[in-house]
Amino acid sequence: MDITTAPTDAPPPLSQPSPTEQKRAARGATRPGDRIFLGLSRGSGILLLVIMAAIAVFLTWRAALAISEDEGNFLTTFEWNTQAQPPVFGIAVLAFGTVVSSIIAMVIAVPIAVAIALFLTHYAPRKLSGPIAYVIDLLAAVPSIVYGLWGALILVPNLNGLYAWLDQYLGWTGILEWNGGAPRSMFTVGVLLAIMILPIITNVSREVFRQVPQMHEEAALALGATRWEVIRMAVIPFGRSGVISASMLGLGRALGETMAVATVLSPSFEIQASLLDPGGGTFAQNIASKFGEASEFGRDALIASGLVLFVITLLVNGAARAIIARRKEYSGANA
Amino acid sequence: MAKRIDVSGLTAYYGSHKAIEDISMTVEPRSVTAFIGPSGCGKSTFLRTLNRMHEVTPGGRVEGKVLLDDEDLYGHGVDPVSVRREVGMVFQRPNPFPTMSIFDNVAAGLRLNGNYKKNELSDIVEKSLRGANLWNEVKDRLNKPGSGLSGGQQQRLCIARAIAVEPNVLLMDEPCSALDPISTLAIEDLIGELKERFTIVIVTHNMQQAARVSDRTAFFNLAAVGQPGKLVEIDDTERIFSNPSVQATEDYISGRFG
Repeated sequence: MDITTAPTDAPPPLSQPSPTEQKRAARGATRPGDRIFLGLSRGSGILLLVIMAAIAVFLTWRAALAISEDEGNFLTTFEWNTQAQPPVFGIAVLAFGTVVSSIIAMVIAVPIAVAIALFLTHYAPRKLSGPIAYVIDLLAAVPSIVYGLWGALILVPNLNGLYAWLDQYLGWTGILEWNGGAPRSMFTVGVLLAIMILPIITNVSREVFRQVPQMHEEAALALGATRWEVIRMAVIPFGRSGVISASMLGLGRALGETMAVATVLSPSFEIQASLLDPGGGTFAQNIASKFGEASEFGRDALIASGLVLFVITLLVNGAARAIIARRKEYSGANA
Repeated sequence: MAKRIDVSGLTAYYGSHKAIEDISMTVEPRSVTAFIGPSGCGKSTFLRTLNRMHEVTPGGRVEGKVLLDDEDLYGHGVDPVSVRREVGMVFQRPNPFPTMSIFDNVAAGLRLNGNYKKNELSDIVEKSLRGANLWNEVKDRLNKPGSGLSGGQQQRLCIARAIAVEPNVLLMDEPCSALDPISTLAIEDLIGELKERFTIVIVTHNMQQAARVSDRTAFFNLAAVGQPGKLVEIDDTERIFSNPSVQATEDYISGRFG
């Protein structure tokens, strides 16, 4: 076969695009479809920011109205009396209850969740781990009022044994001393919250542990590591930041949980010396139980307490990010 | 400490699929043996049977005998974990632990094996990094993450990690296939030095590399896709590349197929 290369016409000279055109082309926004999509996505982004800012301004303004009338110290007062003249209210009890119940929940839930996730990814046969993971997914979707009802009807009546045991062996610490009250305490709230946040922490941790590259596990195996040593050398360090993120998701839910806490706790405006004594309260529980019958001013005060919860959540998230960032160069993302 | 490997009648499966069939060979201590052959011929699978890594793959199982001097790696009651402490391995892609510093990477195997004092540990780490020709490049940044090194340095770090525990045998699964030519040269030089102390088995797709670094070469082949891979012949490298006794080997080496 004979191939001849016919001289082709020189390509038409390209017109030099102007700088703005180049910029637009780089963003891929020269075609009409691209331009419409760019406008839509940019517009919804801006709209979102505007709405958020409007909510923040509105809440801060209402909260400021309430706090300026507060006769007590908003941060340290052990009282919530918005009807009084002059009104006296403070968030000390709520902040304490929220933080303590969440800490109890995390202490119980995180180790168990990590253990379940490791079991599902590295020990359980595949036939077993699939269904278990599915059931845990379902648990994460159960509405919190259901957990609350279960807590009030089944958990609370059955906790006397555990309380007595804790009192017997850990009562000397003072914070786990039981004086025989109904087990509608911060500790019970913490246990219930732990059960509620367990599925989400488990699921996210499981995903993280599944992402550990095979080659890191094989590296450990080839050094003569046992299965547990592989997990310690390769899996847990690699998944560490992911587990922290998972815990933050769970903590976020625990801090803001409303109905389950309100159903289980017998609220009061005092801080109990022992975690096993009934009483106390959390931000979300307090708002839920008082909002309905609150006056205009009472609502403003509740909004102010909600803002404090928001600040606490921000601080916790910031701290978690700082922990993750501190060891960023050692994270699995560099692999 | 180098030991002789004696394989007889070894067959390996993935589930019901037979990956390699009836392989027998002897690898002398303090020598480099290269495995060559087309993709899928089972040379990597065979390599992984030598430190019982094959059975880590779901469905992986092995029949036959692998003797390390006189000890059968697949003998009754032999713990695969202790086998892997004796037979080190370097993988195709450099895989230092991303969450550990350079120092901790090298010390990782030692920490598994027992309690070392701090100065003992740093002596062994230095010795291993020197042994892997990496010491001068990393001595000022031992506490930096191993993942910050270049690909070639990472691979030498993995070699340092493998030799730190003084294995009897060092297996290398295409250790240079992810590296540039200069890093490849560095690793090849290193292999030449390491064979003074270890029995080395290396899988490679690069026939020049096999010719350069190895004393003995084994050629693997498979009859057709889906068929188990087999050992065609093993002989002195010089002979394999000049005058192999099997026609298929000559065809493969001269690039006529495979």
